[in-house]
Amino acid sequence: METRTISRREILKGTGALIVSFNFFGAIPQILAQSANPSTAGLPATSLDSWLAVAQDGNVTVFTSKVDLGTGTGTALGQIVAEELDVPISKITMDIGDTDKTVDQGRTSASRTLEKGGPQLRQAAAAARQELLKLASARLGAPVDHLTVNDGVVSVAGNLAKNVSYGALIGGRQFNARITATGDGWDINVAPEVHAKNPKDYKIVGTPVPRFDLPPKLTGEFMYAHEVRIPGMLHGRVVRPPVINSKPSSVDADSIKHIPGIVKVVQDGNFLGVVAQTEWAAIQAARSLKVIWSAPATKFPANPEEMYAYLKNTKSFVERTGAEKGNAASALAQAAKTFEATYRWPYQMHGMIGPSCAVADVRGDKATIWAGSQAPFITRKGVATLLGIPETNVHFIYRGASGCYGRLEPDDSPEDAALMSRAVGKPVRVQWMREDEHGWEPKGPPQLITVRAGVDAQGKITAWDYAERTLPWTDARLSPMLASRQTGIKPDEQGVFLGGGDGAAYNFENRKAVSSGIPWMMNPNPLRTCNLRAPYSSARCFATECHVDEIAAGLSVDPVEFRLRYLGDDSTRVIAVLLAATKKAGWQTRPSPLPASAGSVATGRGVAVSGMAGTVVAQVAEVEVDKSTGKVTVKRVTVAHDCGLIVNPDGLRNQIEGNVIQGVSRGLMEEVQYDSTGVKSLDWRSYPIITFADIPDVDMVLIDHPGMPSLGAGEASTIAVAAAIANAVFDAVGVRLHEVPFTPQRVLSALNGKGSSDRRV
Amino acid sequence: MARITLKVNGKLRVVDTDSTTPLLYVLRNDLGLQGPKFGCGLSQCGACTVIMDGKTVRSCSVPVTAAQNREITTLEGLGSVAAPHRLQKAFIDEQAGQCGYCLNGMVMNAKVLLDKNPSPTSTEIKQALNGVLCRCASHLRIIRAIQRAVNADQSDLPIINYR
Repeated sequence: METRTISRREILKGTGALIVSFNFFGAIPQILAQSANPSTAGLPATSLDSWLAVAQDGNVTVFTSKVDLGTGTGTALGQIVAEELDVPISKITMDIGDTDKTVDQGRTSASRTLEKGGPQLRQAAAAARQELLKLASARLGAPVDHLTVNDGVVSVAGNLAKNVSYGALIGGRQFNARITATGDGWDINVAPEVHAKNPKDYKIVGTPVPRFDLPPKLTGEFMYAHEVRIPGMLHGRVVRPPVINSKPSSVDADSIKHIPGIVKVVQDGNFLGVVAQTEWAAIQAARSLKVIWSAPATKFPANPEEMYAYLKNTKSFVERTGAEKGNAASALAQAAKTFEATYRWPYQMHGMIGPSCAVADVRGDKATIWAGSQAPFITRKGVATLLGIPETNVHFIYRGASGCYGRLEPDDSPEDAALMSRAVGKPVRVQWMREDEHGWEPKGPPQLITVRAGVDAQGKITAWDYAERTLPWTDARLSPMLASRQTGIKPDEQGVFLGGGDGAAYNFENRKAVSSGIPWMMNPNPLRTCNLRAPYSSARCFATECHVDEIAAGLSVDPVEFRLRYLGDDSTRVIAVLLAATKKAGWQTRPSPLPASAGSVATGRGVAVSGMAGTVVAQVAEVEVDKSTGKVTVKRVTVAHDCGLIVNPDGLRNQIEGNVIQGVSRGLMEEVQYDSTGVKSLDWRSYPIITFADIPDVDMVLIDHPGMPSLGAGEASTIAVAAAIANAVFDAVGVRLHEVPFTPQRVLSALNGKGSSDRRV
Repeated sequence: MARITLKVNGKLRVVDTDSTTPLLYVLRNDLGLQGPKFGCGLSQCGACTVIMDGKTVRSCSVPVTAAQNREITTLEGLGSVAAPHRLQKAFIDEQAGQCGYCLNGMVMNAKVLLDKNPSPTSTEIKQALNGVLCRCASHLRIIRAIQRAVNADQSDLPIINYR
């Protein structure tokens, strides 16, 4: 099978028929010459032609560097363009993530695609519609304000027979129109002077358009990054050190001579890989290659217990303060009653089902990369730096990958493939093995959070002091990838620390929230960090929402009623989701916990609220706790979700179901195992995730705000899951869980009075 | 190298390959059948599932030689975008998937389940699919899709030519 990209010129001619006819991205393509006009920021945002093209048959191709990570944003962005142009959704093709064909709209992350990329495409489409109406006005001899558009055909109002199609107006030609565009990446402000449609006239936005990509994904016809095949392509595998920060001191190439089809052992600095004619030969070679590795120069904390101690005792490199009000310290000192607890969130994995994979074709000072990176332009830059060639000599072509939840924002595999391709002078496909992915994916960092709250004699929270200690949320995103670091390219910073504070919406009279960034090792190591879905937020919510719950229980107040006391006029959307979720769940107003029950299984319910970049969510978890085994079973989670304007309600439901269930998995079972030299969770047995046996029901209420911008939905509903479960467990059995995950062993020790609260650092 | 003859999706295919190669790589790289996916290589995730003589197998862990003289069906053998199998159609109708990387394993395991048990309960569906991992967590939709396929008009079944 071959792969090709279809050039912009061909799309205009309508020769992109293969993609267009199937109407999904990544159709199985063939090779044609590419037309490239690259700059470091991709195509110019000020040219209308950079954003979309209309073919002679009226099909519209949308060019965007906002990639679809399997969340359905490609379809949703297509809906936005179809809406503004008044063309049927079936006429839209998304051409995604090609650095030679798109404007650099920034990386695809933080659930900001519809919020940031949506308006960019909406305004570009509105500008295109304006141009098309101008052309139609001249053609039909009628003023623009007498024209209407229906399904891509412009007609004169009152005389529909007088009409012309978009295809006839511009098909096969460029607009050659300049539009206004200022700013970079996420913040490019496209054609703000152009009036887009009034949301009340929407016909496509707000409807459950089926996803373009699912039919081929169900039949084996979708072109994943893993499916890319180039003529003459060889197969590579990486050989990573067995322990951290270890170097290959001697490599015995003869040790794999007996394997047929070996092409080369590639060593570049401390990077090591093997290239072979076949994939199976490369796999065998990577396993069999005899390497003597140097002793590790550094060591990790030997286990999670030591890691939390490291977080507690190491001097921070950055401190971020969240919303501060009054004087929390003196209010605490004067409180009638205080509540203090320390919460722990462990190292967790993204756990892509399909491991990292890329194809690189390095020829002289030029390179082409096919991969599933979340940030095409950042990957391009990294590869260029590694190879020592100009950025614009690297052509990155996006192909969908496995769901990645942040992991492919720092996409390592393109650099592995580039080094191996350069070494053998041929295209090389690199796919990580399972132990490579589990072992070496950058992971979500651990967090240690202590909350001290004070309550006055009337039972009102008067003091709130939140102190968090954690590693950089990503040292991997902006810094060099693994292969670069192995070849000696040094990171120029400690890593990125995100936000600060507890993220809570509550109006406490005196509050302080400080997040401290603890420095972490920056050498190539398997516990390097990167943003994992809703980075930092799940732990912050776990600490805050469990602590509020603990206080409510301490004062014998219903948890919902208690929360409402601290939500003011500035939190109407939070109040609305809290009330909607609890109503849908049939919440019974009463304090937690329930009286101790007879029998071995207790049931309970818990609530938690969360916010992320403007999206607000409340959830109610209903659980069963087996008191004899400690096993927690989540029976149902009810979500109320407000992310502003809903573009595709079914896509949103799909995201929420996935977020909740993944959140249950992370809350109940996920923790990376490691010792002082490396990661021990190297497969799915040692890092179990949720399976069908443990899937809860998910109910939901969607709150739509057509007058608001669209806000993110890719992560917001995973944040409060662990908190809601912990609160439900407390409701059921009266013990607090302070450490994620809530494994049977941990729940059992809490039940036996040896809970995590007794093991606080 | 060995010359191996396989019967895949009703057709005889001949490949020259190292006889120790797992079936998955032969299907994907030699025969261009990319429905089955590499997920773990350890029989732990199910992404590579194919049907061999009516039973699901993890093709990452079946040597190609063990697949000779067997009837092998891959995702492509069930249907296509143009003519989907009722299970594939039901998954599309339920929008059961996100990244889709696990879907091969889901559909192939569901196919064998329905072949043996034409109207499974949701518990039986969960049991049959429990060994197939989905990280995006489309589980609820996948269960609904299989139930939809169960209830679909049997005449929807595309005609697949198994010789």
